[in-house]
Amino acid sequence: MAKLKSVKEFEKLHKQLTGKKNPKKPSIAVCAGTGCVALGATGVVDAFKKEIKRMKLSEKVELLITGCHGFCERGVVVLLRPEGILYQRVKPADVPEILEKTILNNEIIERLLYEDTVTGKKIVHEKDIPFYKHQDRLIFGSNNQINPTSIDDYISIGGYSALARVLSDMKPEAVVDVINKSGLRGRGGGGFPTGKKWEYCRRAEGDIKYVIINADEGDPGAYMDRSILEGNPHSVLEGLIIGAYAVESTEGYIYVRQEYPLALEHFTTALDAARKYGFLGKNILGSGMNFDVKIARGGGAFVCGESTALMASIEGRVGEPRAKHFHTVERGLHESPTVLNNVETWANVPVIINKGWEWFSEIGTDRSKGTKIFSLVGKVNNTGLVEVPMGTTLRQIIFDIGGGIQNNKKFKAVQTGGPSGGVVPESLLDLPVDFERLTEAGSMMGSGGMIVMDENNCMVDVAKYFVDFLKDESCGKCTPCREGLIQMSEILKDITEGNGKEGDLELLEELSWVMTETSLCALGASAAFPFLSTLRYFRDEYEVHIKEKRCPAHVCKALITYTINAKKCTGCTLCALKCPQDAISGEKKALHEIDQSKCIKCGICVDACKFDAVIVD
Amino acid sequence: MVKFTLNDRDYEVEDGKTILEVALENGVKIPTLCYHKDLTSYGACRLCMVEIIDGARPGLQASCTYKVSDGLVVKTDTERVKKTRDIVFELLLARCPDSEKLTKLAEEYGITKSRIEWKDKGKCILCGLCVRACAEVSQRNAINFAFRGIERQVNTPFKRISQICIGCGACAYVCPTGAIEIEEAD
Repeated sequence: MAKLKSVKEFEKLHKQLTGKKNPKKPSIAVCAGTGCVALGATGVVDAFKKEIKRMKLSEKVELLITGCHGFCERGVVVLLRPEGILYQRVKPADVPEILEKTILNNEIIERLLYEDTVTGKKIVHEKDIPFYKHQDRLIFGSNNQINPTSIDDYISIGGYSALARVLSDMKPEAVVDVINKSGLRGRGGGGFPTGKKWEYCRRAEGDIKYVIINADEGDPGAYMDRSILEGNPHSVLEGLIIGAYAVESTEGYIYVRQEYPLALEHFTTALDAARKYGFLGKNILGSGMNFDVKIARGGGAFVCGESTALMASIEGRVGEPRAKHFHTVERGLHESPTVLNNVETWANVPVIINKGWEWFSEIGTDRSKGTKIFSLVGKVNNTGLVEVPMGTTLRQIIFDIGGGIQNNKKFKAVQTGGPSGGVVPESLLDLPVDFERLTEAGSMMGSGGMIVMDENNCMVDVAKYFVDFLKDESCGKCTPCREGLIQMSEILKDITEGNGKEGDLELLEELSWVMTETSLCALGASAAFPFLSTLRYFRDEYEVHIKEKRCPAHVCKALITYTINAKKCTGCTLCALKCPQDAISGEKKALHEIDQSKCIKCGICVDACKFDAVIVD
Repeated sequence: MVKFTLNDRDYEVEDGKTILEVALENGVKIPTLCYHKDLTSYGACRLCMVEIIDGARPGLQASCTYKVSDGLVVKTDTERVKKTRDIVFELLLARCPDSEKLTKLAEEYGITKSRIEWKDKGKCILCGLCVRACAEVSQRNAINFAFRGIERQVNTPFKRISQICIGCGACAYVCPTGAIEIEEAD
């Protein structure tokens, strides 16, 4: 691997690497993102390696260990090219059969195919599976084509050609102009126009300027940034280098959270490889540009995803926000002009440079351009990462791509935007998802978390979960956020435990208002949103908890009791056998009874009973 | 020089001053707990919120960190300011009902009782004046904030007895709630 001294040398390498590829050669792409690794991908990869060697197939077939393909519900996912066959829930034991039947004899293994949740039909090709069919994977699509630890793989699919183009053909101002015109907005939460941010930083005065990747993804249930870094780290790095060129920065950082070891490993490998090729360092591709990137690791604090707290943390100070009377684009890291963008935002940059701002701005809605990756989790059939054009409706995402609600339960709400967001109820399922529409609905885009909830989710409990999360994660600097969250948490705890009283909702609303109005940073200012949005759409549920001391979704343990229906109980004894508290007694073939003083309301008896005899109320 | 309006009166002051500084110099009353004229402003207690009627960032802003600029229009006594301030007082009183200084200040603004009760009672309101006094005046950096959220506290590194504290008492002197006590060593 020699250092590339000019754009010409890069183009030569690009041609050479593309030429090496034989599109007809069978390849096996095994997803080894964190989700699939948890489901046993390492064992599947080892089995493929062993069997390919044993069957002497290494010349005939290529094994590709990739990052996340997005279809986490069905992991371990294996994609066979050139046909595009997708096998799901693959176990190491399936590997010899895949090689023998499908690779050598073009036979499909029915058992490993995806079965449509609606029609019950088996689907052979990835492109025909509804989960993939309705997506538009601009950013995430390369994940299943490359080995994330190989820079050559990235270059062979067009990687670093945007950087080469920028360095040879474009002035920094022109790069800012393209990003401005594309309409790209920050994917980390705020949705600030990226081009504007760059423009302000370019204009700001400073001896040194910084560019930073915010990889402190902390929203519960969200993992798209992790999966981009794990699966395609060079795309983020290339975006960052282009950004550095645009604002004339010489030093960059990635701030990556403690909990992302694989992302860190792959990004570190990417940095080393980029230095060897000369995409980082002095005189990049002979252009005269000098730039390098340092790694800063978070310590596990959610608040460090906030721009000023993040910069304080890099500087080695306590990770807490400061008043933003001057912007970080003017005075950010070490008091110097700084551009901080989220992982997904940076990954959009090379795509826009390659395909043009005109093309990019055609995708999406009026004010929200391009695609957005969502992590679709909760009570939905196809959990995973989905990338759709802005403006796709919630119904399309949850039902067409997500395959609807698990166990045919009724959809109740979807939580978007993480702890700063809110819930969107069934009546708004046809809402096109973009920055403005979600805010109007009392929620927000945030970084793209989407937690689907069904009739068995209690909205008071949901609000309490997020308030408790924020209570622990607030930096504690300003009074309204710190003390307000403590009090909100206490009141919500009372309500879920049957100690709610008249006036609680009004006090919660007052506290929410003060937190929103007077908190120091955006995290505090939005901390009450999960409560406010659940109250807006599900006020009746709060009132039933307070006035009738009932939890309609049967979640709040203090408000429910388990009893046995005398008409339905056959005296099979199964519930008594399974009860971990020995709270159920009764003779064989006679009515059983639950001792309320012993019952911990775990629900095991409900699942155990085959006659629906256990009543929860 | 900067021309701006505070409570319907026009002012012309030097560049770089905060709203709070101008207010205090001109006898406009704004309550504060985490502010001290000789220390860097921190913007944590949120008692000094004022309403920016016209300016770059309209809405409620902490006057101790917001710098005046040409054409800025500020009010310190709107309903929005008063109502939010009352609740911030209530939140602080719930945490520190035994702090005389806090109770007295709250009384001046008509708050005698908090509707909220809280079990973890103490005197420290985490304003950080002690931390800044130790760093900026005594230049010892013996104490700082530790932990976060509900666990946040002012302490020495690893909660060990400090080797660099010189016992100057600046922290206790500057504390607005009387939370720091100094003991004479034998």
